[in-house]
Formats: sequence, C-alpha cells, structure tokens
Amino acid sequence: MPYEEIQHTADWGLRIWAGDLPGLFIEAARGMNTLMGVQAVPTEGAIPAPGPAESDTGQRSPLRRLILTAPDVEALLVAFLSEMLYLVEQEHITLDNLQVSLFPGEALWRLEAVGEARPLARVQKLIKAVTYYNLHIRSDEDGYSVEVVFDV
Amino acid sequence: MIGISDLTQVSEYEWLIPRSYRSDMRVPVRLFATREMLEQIADDRSLEQAVNTATLPGLVGEVVVMPDMHQGYGFPIGTVAATETPHGVISPGGVGYDINCGVRLLASSLELEAARPHLDQLATLINRYCPSGVGEEGVVRVSVTELEQVLREGARWARKKGFAEENDLARTEEGGCLEGAQPEKVSERAKQRGREQIGSVGAGNHFVEVDVVERIFDEKTAQAFGLQEGCLVVQIHCGSRGLGHQVCTDYVQEFQGAVKRYGIHLPDRELVCAPLDSPEGQSYLGAMRAAANFAFANRQILAHSVRRAFEETFAGKLKGWELHQVYDICHNIAKIETHEVEGQRKKVCVHRKGATRAFGPGTPELPPEYRPFGQPVLVPGSMGTSSWVLVGTEDAMKRSWGSSCHGAGRVMSRAKAKHEVRGEALRNELEGRGIHVRAGSMSGLAEEAPQAYKNVDRVAETVSAAGIARQVALLRPVAVIKG
Repeated sequence: MPYEEIQHTADWGLRIWAGDLPGLFIEAARGMNTLMGVQAVPTEGAIPAPGPAESDTGQRSPLRRLILTAPDVEALLVAFLSEMLYLVEQEHITLDNLQVSLFPGEALWRLEAVGEARPLARVQKLIKAVTYYNLHIRSDEDGYSVEVVFDV
Repeated sequence: MIGISDLTQVSEYEWLIPRSYRSDMRVPVRLFATREMLEQIADDRSLEQAVNTATLPGLVGEVVVMPDMHQGYGFPIGTVAATETPHGVISPGGVGYDINCGVRLLASSLELEAARPHLDQLATLINRYCPSGVGEEGVVRVSVTELEQVLREGARWARKKGFAEENDLARTEEGGCLEGAQPEKVSERAKQRGREQIGSVGAGNHFVEVDVVERIFDEKTAQAFGLQEGCLVVQIHCGSRGLGHQVCTDYVQEFQGAVKRYGIHLPDRELVCAPLDSPEGQSYLGAMRAAANFAFANRQILAHSVRRAFEETFAGKLKGWELHQVYDICHNIAKIETHEVEGQRKKVCVHRKGATRAFGPGTPELPPEYRPFGQPVLVPGSMGTSSWVLVGTEDAMKRSWGSSCHGAGRVMSRAKAKHEVRGEALRNELEGRGIHVRAGSMSGLAEEAPQAYKNVDRVAETVSAAGIARQVALLRPVAVIKG
C-alpha cells in the first residue's frame, strides 16, 4: 500500500507516497478511508471505469465531480481530503475509481476530480478534521510524499 | 529536538523554556509538570509545539502548559496562551476543531449502594437517550431558524425549550452563552452538519459516565458544590460536533491567506492566525462563539436526557435522584477576559487548548454560591479510572491565566493502544470491576484504554502542588457510555 500509519500521541497520522501528484491525492484519500474503516455497499458485477457524466446509466454508480481551489498544493490537499470527509459524514458516500487532475497557478491551484459515488455500508470511526500540522509535500527521484495528521 | 535539558527547573512542579531558547519566540513557556511527566512526552513533539506557540504575534506574559500536555497539531494539548487586544492575534488552530469541547458535572444525593441494583438499567437508558458513536444523530431536530437561535443563544435556547433546570445556566461557564456570536459567519456546510447532531455525544474520547464520589478532600467546597461522599454523579464530555469541526476547518483554510496579507511568519501552518481587530479575526471570533454556543446547547440537552434516564430508572424506587448541575466548563476555547498583565488589568484573548478555566475565589464571573470558594474544575480521567473535581485558586489567576488541567493526557498512540489492547478484553475487565460499559465500537474502546493515558491522579496532584487548583473530590466510575 502506498501509505502507512505514523505514530502520533493523540491523533492519527499517515505517510503517503506516489509517483505523481494526482496519485498522491488519490492515495491520501484511500489511506484516510482505510483509517476510518470506510466500506461501500458492494456492487453487483464489475464497476466500469468512470466516463463522462452524460454516459452515466442506471447500472452505474452516479459520477460525482469535485472542483476545488486553494492558494497552494498543500492547501489543496487539505481541501480535497476535507471534501472527502464531508461526503462520508454528511452524504454517506465515498468516491471510487477517483481520477484527479491538478492545475498549478501563480495565485491559485485548482483540482478537478471525478469518482463513482458509492453509498456507505459501514464507517468504523470518523475523523474530525484534516490538519496542516507539519504538512509539506516533498518530491525526489521516486516521486512525491507527504505526512498528514488527522484530528480524531 | 528540544528536550528536558533545555528547560530551566523552577520547582519540583514547574519548568521554564526561556525566550532565548529560539530566536522567534516572543514570550517564555511555563510548564507545570513533574520530571516524570516530561520524560513521558519526551518522544513526541509537545515541547516543540509549545515553543512554536510562543511565536504568535501579540502574545503577552507567558505561554502556559499543563501537566496533562501531549502532542496535538499547532498548539500542544494542554496549552493556555493570551494575546493582547485588539491588535494581537486569534488562532483557530489554537482553539481546535472541537470548539467548546467541555465537561458538565451533575450530582445527586443517590447513594451508590441503594442505586447499585439499577445501574445496568440506568446505563442502558443513558445509552438510549444520549446517542453516541459514528453516524448517530442527535435527539433533537432543529429548523434553520432554530439553529440560528441555538448559535446565538446557546444553553439559553435549550432553557426556553424546556431542556434546562433553574440553576443550570448560572452554573455553566459564561452562563452557557458566549455573547457576540455571529451565526452569519458560520458556513452553510457547518450548519448542515449541526442540524442533525444536536443532542448527541459523538465518538472518540467523548462519553457520558456515571461515577460515585469516592473521597472528599475539601469538605466545605464539596458541600458548596453539592458533592456527597458515596453518592452518584454524572460527567458529560462532548463538544460542538461536526458544526465546530467545520467552522475550524473553514477558518484554518481561510487564514492561510490572512497570514500572508498581514505579514505573519509562523513555524507551522496549523498555527495560522489573524489580528483580532481584522475582518478575518472578527469573523472567526463570531463563528467560533456561535459554535461554542452550539456545544453549550448540546451538553444542556444531553443533561436533560441523562435526567430522563435517571427519572425512568429511579422514580418511585429511590429518593434523591434529582440531578443538580455542579458546573459546565469549556476546555477548547478562546475568550476575551480581564487579567493582570505587567501590573495592570487588561483585556486579553485567552486561548485554552485542552485546558480548563480555573477562576479563583471572589471572581465575579462565578455564581454567588461558589464565589467564596472558586470555580469547579472538572478533570475527567481515562476510561475506567478516577476523575477529579478541583477548584480554581488565586494563584491560577496570577500564574496560569486563571487556568488548570483538563484531563489525564495521552501517552500512547491510538494505533499502539489498539495493538496492545483488545476492546472485548477491556470491556470484560471493566465489567469485572463493577463498571457497566456501553460502547458502540470495540476498537474505539481499545483506543481509549486507561494505559493509553497518564495517571490522572498525578495530574491532579501536580496542579494542586503547583497551586493552580486545589483537590476537592475524587470520583470513581460505575458506568461508562461511549460511542
């Protein structure tokens, strides 16, 4: 798994890594869901890869699009994970087969994501919030990594 | 990384990190702790976080850290920091995501021995009427208009709706309502989350616990608080639920830009802040007060639910089941208070992150019947261990911004606790000790195992020995209800 739990006295922390930035965002969301024990209602048969919204059919999970902006890439990661948390807590869904695109900008980074909205069968534990504590996205020849601390 | 060798020992219970330790510190850090407690947190980043906190613009006096300190995010848990008004800063991360997380204590004259045959039923009914755990909605649904009233009026709204008894509000910090709340500064998303959750406990370390007063240390003060040895009391520990989490999330995000606009340089982005007199600072203050009022109303409704459980359990069977409120305190909050700064009485913004207000005798903010004694300080222990009722002191007013500790303080990560403790085994152990347990999640139970926390008795002894609170009564759990 491209993420692992890191020690934190009171809260939860994850170290996440991926070959590229969109992958880092997707793995961070997966890792967060794993920490919370998020399980979607099983679907019958294979789930098709997400296509454009207009190709949605009754057999598929409905597609959900997210568009977020933030002043930098770390703030965008917090905004993205906070959005995923909100969907779990308030709308009782999780997004599967996520595709994430990032658009860097001078003053504003932009994220566009699409995923299949799946109703939740179970959540073991909720996270209160995604924090900025010691949040630095790092890059090297292997790709990108980040540590995220969650308030629980 | 900073260690004990970098600290100056003032006494057996007091240490100092001088301002000279790091060039960006604006004030020193005073820690109330024993050497043993400092050694317990040596491996985490609590001390570094305390030093980071001391860099906030506009700080006055000293940053104060309590013996239950442990690593948090931004501020360490157990910190009190005061900034000057109106130009000093306010930091949403310095209040935390669970705005006005706090503790309420109700007391009865029901003797444990008489109540014992009914405790199982009582635990079941409290569990039914005080929803806890993941996804549990509150017992009260409010309309959009009503939610605005909750955010503006706090526990006063609950009283109007019949959820409060006569003395409840007077015995709640700030009378259960922070003035100046601005519901219009709370996002629609936060309000959506709040509407479904009012009257619920939540998960994590939140709980309702029935205790017995095991031992009285200060007869007169205990009598004033209505605490009787051998009788049942109830602690309610929870906060502003998803509404508060969302308010903090919104403003920590928004303040990322504010620090750039105001030229504030910080060692950690979770410490983001804005001047109190800036539009951003004022907006957060208004929203934070609204979330705090939500939490006051939440604990008030839960107190009503606990009373209902007591009534259904004991009415017609035993006398003395009336539950009077001892006090309700916040331990995650920022408030404008008047304190002595460099010999002058000044208004300052006191951030308490995992710390309890502990006003001393004679303080006008206290109800008349408590004024000769001081404010009750409610210190819940870890699950299955004792809890404490302390009282604020004059020394606390002078040395710790009228504040004291808030709990036991974690020493073990949740992951390690789950690895070392099985929830079912813990429940059996607690039940074997005569503690009735209602828990929604066994892994959640394991995470809150007593061994994951410091010894709360040592914490209470430390603040008492340091003079920033005094021991009044020791409580022992007989029923624990948690998510």
